[in-house]
Amino acid sequence: MLTLLRFRLAVIAAKLLVRLCRVVGRGGSSLPGRAALALSPEVLRRIAESCPGGAVLVTGTNGKTTTAAMIAGMLRRAGHRVIHNATGANLIYGIASAYLQDCDLRGRPRGDTGVLEVDEAAMPEAVRQLPVRAVVVTNFFRDQLDRFGELDHAVAKVGQGLSLLGDGGRALLNADDPLAAGLAGMARSVVYYGLEIEADGLERHPVREIRYCSRCEVPLAYEMVSYGHLGHWSCRECGGGRPPTEVSVLSSVPGSMDGDALLTVRTPWGVRQLRLPLPGIYNVYNALAAVACAEVLDLPWAAVEEGLRTFTASFGRMERLTFEGRQLLLVLVKNPAGFNEVIRTLLAQGDARDLLIAVNNRYADGTDVSWIWDVDFERLVAATGSLRVTVAGTRAEAMAVRLKYAGLDQTGLIVHPELGEALERAVARTPPGGRLYILPTYTAMLGIRETLRRHGRVGHYWEG
Amino acid sequence: MSFQELRILHLYPELMNLYGDRGNLLALRARCRWHEVKPIITEAGPGDPVDFADLDLVVLGGGQDREQRLVARDLAGPLGCGLRAAVEEGLCVLAVCGSYQLLGNSYTTAGGETFPGAGIFDLATEPGLGRLVGHIAVAVGEEGRVLAGFENHAGRTFLGPGVTPLGRVIRGYGNNGRDGTEGAVCRNAFGTYLHGPVLPANPWFADHLLHLALERRYGMAGLRLLDDSLELGAHAAVLRESRIDARRRARERGRARREEQGTLPEKQEAI
Repeated sequence: MLTLLRFRLAVIAAKLLVRLCRVVGRGGSSLPGRAALALSPEVLRRIAESCPGGAVLVTGTNGKTTTAAMIAGMLRRAGHRVIHNATGANLIYGIASAYLQDCDLRGRPRGDTGVLEVDEAAMPEAVRQLPVRAVVVTNFFRDQLDRFGELDHAVAKVGQGLSLLGDGGRALLNADDPLAAGLAGMARSVVYYGLEIEADGLERHPVREIRYCSRCEVPLAYEMVSYGHLGHWSCRECGGGRPPTEVSVLSSVPGSMDGDALLTVRTPWGVRQLRLPLPGIYNVYNALAAVACAEVLDLPWAAVEEGLRTFTASFGRMERLTFEGRQLLLVLVKNPAGFNEVIRTLLAQGDARDLLIAVNNRYADGTDVSWIWDVDFERLVAATGSLRVTVAGTRAEAMAVRLKYAGLDQTGLIVHPELGEALERAVARTPPGGRLYILPTYTAMLGIRETLRRHGRVGHYWEG
Repeated sequence: MSFQELRILHLYPELMNLYGDRGNLLALRARCRWHEVKPIITEAGPGDPVDFADLDLVVLGGGQDREQRLVARDLAGPLGCGLRAAVEEGLCVLAVCGSYQLLGNSYTTAGGETFPGAGIFDLATEPGLGRLVGHIAVAVGEEGRVLAGFENHAGRTFLGPGVTPLGRVIRGYGNNGRDGTEGAVCRNAFGTYLHGPVLPANPWFADHLLHLALERRYGMAGLRLLDDSLELGAHAAVLRESRIDARRRARERGRARREEQGTLPEKQEAI
């Protein structure tokens, strides 16, 4: 009786806090869940277990937000009501908040299926609390090492989460990532996805995360590298290597900022065509992971195809806006692998002249910014003629030094830590009708969106 | 018109490259050119033959335990002997974090595994409770020089009598968080826990290494005066961050004390 009372009280308190946060202009994507869990530790488990469709978790370093949004889109197309932490609050409090916002005052969920992106470190707790049907593991790259200590620790946390899965829970692993595929032994039921396309010349960035077999400690051999350390890998010593895939991309015509990518995918539905309105090889992986997940969830193909075709990038993932006669493209950057792929996409686009790079080092960004030295800015500078770059954020100076040592002509460089003013300066430097690429870290993106919101260009971030 | 060149070896670039430590190489390469010195940069990994007599400067970065095991194994072979002999003859070396640990006498991981070190620095590294993470400021030498960077290590390093510390910790943890020392110096070899990477944010230290290496090869250095205003801005930003981290740690210590005294019932966790 007392537990029920605490549960009801927690739900009502969370509901009030959500309202209150919005009145004072904050998202409330984490605080209500935190308060409710303090009042009733059972609150998340109780709401979640009443969802008939269970929950899907998406974890890994890059692609969590986009992949989860794709899966949510497919589910909606199939007529489901989805509980989804779309703003990227992916620790246990953020997940609890998503459920609490969806349920009614008695704690009954309105949604039937949860689609949650989950921080690697929060995985064991999320699996304990939620009725998990599938866990999508995207990839493992260096990201926020000051928080995780070492990359292996993040991998271990996800592995621990997979080992806690119940009988109905399946692991969907990226076969092209030796670190993700290496988690197969932790789960009872595994589905692999990956690319079966030929490499168009091996991509070589200066730093890869892992190149050594985890068993034999000899270098892994690659027949194909798609990006970073992802590709067709094998160990000559122990004969271990990339597992065969159940869901794969057979060929792809790359997309751009203005045109869709065309994918041929091999799926349990057969070999099918997909249109994907997003550029970048990393978005091909995201789409493929979402397709694999849709199969586990038994969705009809039409919902999968439509969900991807109509997908709109949100919240700084290749988000497009017009502002004072210029086109703004917001692309979140948070680690070397992701940033390198963004650079590759910009260069393929061929019109990168004006850039605003905003590097914050608050907790959510990672307080250590040394990772910018693992980004291949040399390639960006060498491939473009004259760049006008405005650097901003709490660590604007570090970014300026990075670009100086990458060989950027400093006449084009402006250092301006304050985000709002930096945005205004960068827009003013961009010729009317031109395109300004805005590359912020997570909290810098929130700051830039806040400036744009004041100008009426975007809504509050919780409005999507 | 300059004919000076410097031969710089990036040792274990694929294994020891955590936290952007390749930025140290990028900084040395760029600053060499600005000083009108021609940098000749080569790389070597486990098993590669290295002729140390032909080198002016060796740079190593940080790595995880798994990579450190491979490097320790290689350093136990001819490469470690060659490097030790070369340091005795005055070769310039910069070793950061994981490789700094491995140039000592021994390194014991949190998992209890002990790797033998190359024995270049008289020091030993042991595991400790919790990682030492944050921005750090270090006073070096008598002239008030300051190094600023980011440290992130589980190992606690204790110096023996045969080595001097690189500097004294102003804010941060340093070698072990206890004795106030940071890094180690032996002849022209420098070990440090500072990432950042350390050289781009501390241009004086980059030039100090170049100066030592040029003096050794040519008997004179003749470095130019460079415009380091961007670098000094970045340096100041790291110092600012080290103050923020120091204040946060002081708050946490205060809270822990109050908790012990029972005046604060629940521990608040940062989201």
